[in-house]
Amino acid sequence: MAYFEMVRTALRTVLSKPATILYPVQAAKKTPISRGHVVQDGSKCISCGICVKKCPAQAIVLDKAAKTWQIDRFRCIVCNSCVETCPVKCLSMDTQYTAPATAKSVETFMITYVKPAKPEKKEETKQ
Amino acid sequence: MTLPQQTTTTIDVGKLIGGVERFRNEGYRLVQIGCTKVGELYEINYCFDLDYRFENLRISITADTEVPSISGMYWNAFIYENEMHDLFGIQVRGMNIDFKGTLFKTAVRYPFSQPPVTVTKGDKP
Amino acid sequence: MTKQIVVPFGPQHPVLPEPIHLDLVLEDERVVDVVPSIGYIHRGFEKLVERREYTEYVYVAERTCGICSYIHGATYCQGIEQIMNIQVPERAEYLRVIWSEFSRLHSHLLWLGLFADAFGFENLFMGVWKTRERVLDFMEETTGGRIIQGTSKVGGVRRDISGERLDRMVKDLDILDQEMKELTNVFLQDDSVRHRLRNVGTISRDDAYHLGAVGPTGRGSGVAIDARKLGYGAYDRLNVHVVTDSCGDCYSRCAVRAKELFTSTDLIRQAARKIPDGPIEVKVTGAPDGEYFMRAEQPRGELVHYLKGNGSKFLVRSRIRTPTLSNIPPLVKMLQGCELADVPVIVLSIDPCISCTER
Repeated sequence: MAYFEMVRTALRTVLSKPATILYPVQAAKKTPISRGHVVQDGSKCISCGICVKKCPAQAIVLDKAAKTWQIDRFRCIVCNSCVETCPVKCLSMDTQYTAPATAKSVETFMITYVKPAKPEKKEETKQ
Repeated sequence: MTLPQQTTTTIDVGKLIGGVERFRNEGYRLVQIGCTKVGELYEINYCFDLDYRFENLRISITADTEVPSISGMYWNAFIYENEMHDLFGIQVRGMNIDFKGTLFKTAVRYPFSQPPVTVTKGDKP
Repeated sequence: MTKQIVVPFGPQHPVLPEPIHLDLVLEDERVVDVVPSIGYIHRGFEKLVERREYTEYVYVAERTCGICSYIHGATYCQGIEQIMNIQVPERAEYLRVIWSEFSRLHSHLLWLGLFADAFGFENLFMGVWKTRERVLDFMEETTGGRIIQGTSKVGGVRRDISGERLDRMVKDLDILDQEMKELTNVFLQDDSVRHRLRNVGTISRDDAYHLGAVGPTGRGSGVAIDARKLGYGAYDRLNVHVVTDSCGDCYSRCAVRAKELFTSTDLIRQAARKIPDGPIEVKVTGAPDGEYFMRAEQPRGELVHYLKGNGSKFLVRSRIRTPTLSNIPPLVKMLQGCELADVPVIVLSIDPCISCTER
């Protein structure tokens, strides 16, 4: 017959500081590899479209003619697949979660990558 | 490490009850009943296990064949047979608890026996 | 002859983590018969396999359930590796074991908290979830996600844990053990808890075996089946202790899960001692052609992933049979003859995870 087994743990909890975080006044817990949201660097993207094919939620839309890269934040499941398969590593994972919003929206990044010109030396060696 | 290879015994629908009764008498428990659509035929797998030994019975039927229920021998088969009926349209005769198609209420009747539909972003549902 | 009335239980109920509906046939306050009804969160995951390549379907398989997500992903990957005869590096196998056991710890601690809330002991519920935060912090530091870990892939794992992080983890396990010991002591010894759980929802060993009870639901009645004994992954090199209890009531099921917390920490220590250095993945080419029934031990019981491929990048069939689907018939048997006030406690004692049941 054992009674009041929880008393010691309960007293200890009352006398120590709270275990909860006062979010959103205090920031949420994060680690360096937390998956928050995807960020694209427009100056490195070569518009290959691999991230569009690999996305399991079909959240990325690439418009090569208009040079825009769009991601639907509400479809993205933050799985890290596009970050890992990008051949030029222009995508990265930020640790901050997407902020709550009252309407669904799409985030657009402009692609500013310019393909470097072929070096002149090659023409000379061919001769 | 490689796990042991699994054997599947394919039998006729008529011999299903006899085959299941043999497993029941030896003390096997029912692991699951699963259905796969291969082309126009439906393959139904009955899986049994005893002391980590895995056995699989398979029957191959067309859409309009009626399959006898094994719930006389395994009382818990009702949940798998009702699921099979609701998702694939397999007719099962003699279930102990028959939900009559209301276990999974889906917008499309027998969804898993329809071919897949591709919906692209921007299409209205 | 007393009048029978039908009382609906669920799908919305404070004690249920996920929606399940039961029609209880009552005579006065005693339950005479039960008709279960599922299908409230059917999402049709298995149909999605025809439109997602087999390497991408891991993300879908992981998100079948929020509580037992890691083991779904790992079992799917192991099934594909069996079909394609891929040998995963040893370090990846041990890492999968470590994350699987942490996933089991977090799931059992979540269940213990909800169970305490079900019989009204809210202080214990909060205390257990405070301990669970330590497990989730470890998961987030090593994988990037608290609930959806996302580190399994066909051919290995996507992230590594460094040697010094593993040493720190083993030291933290001592603190975790200490806290869990205090809390499980309340569940197993306290008299007020015992009064709520003893002789409630009893099911005999034969009934449990023949109705298909798996996992702690079956082990609480003496059915000693643990899929980790099959030896998949690195479990054939580790010593797995199967915990059983013979009474078959809610108290035994609770005791089995409470004791399994300590077998999990023991397995993690064994794996951390034996883990070799080496690569964490192998390159995978080609497509699966064949079929396999991959069985694994989830926190709730035996999970079966049936995978069938025909040589193309899209699988023909992926069938997930979760332990809760197999535990619903024993639940119907347990509820017959109990009092109405005990129904929430009994329903929660099988650890219902309905989202993976209905996929």
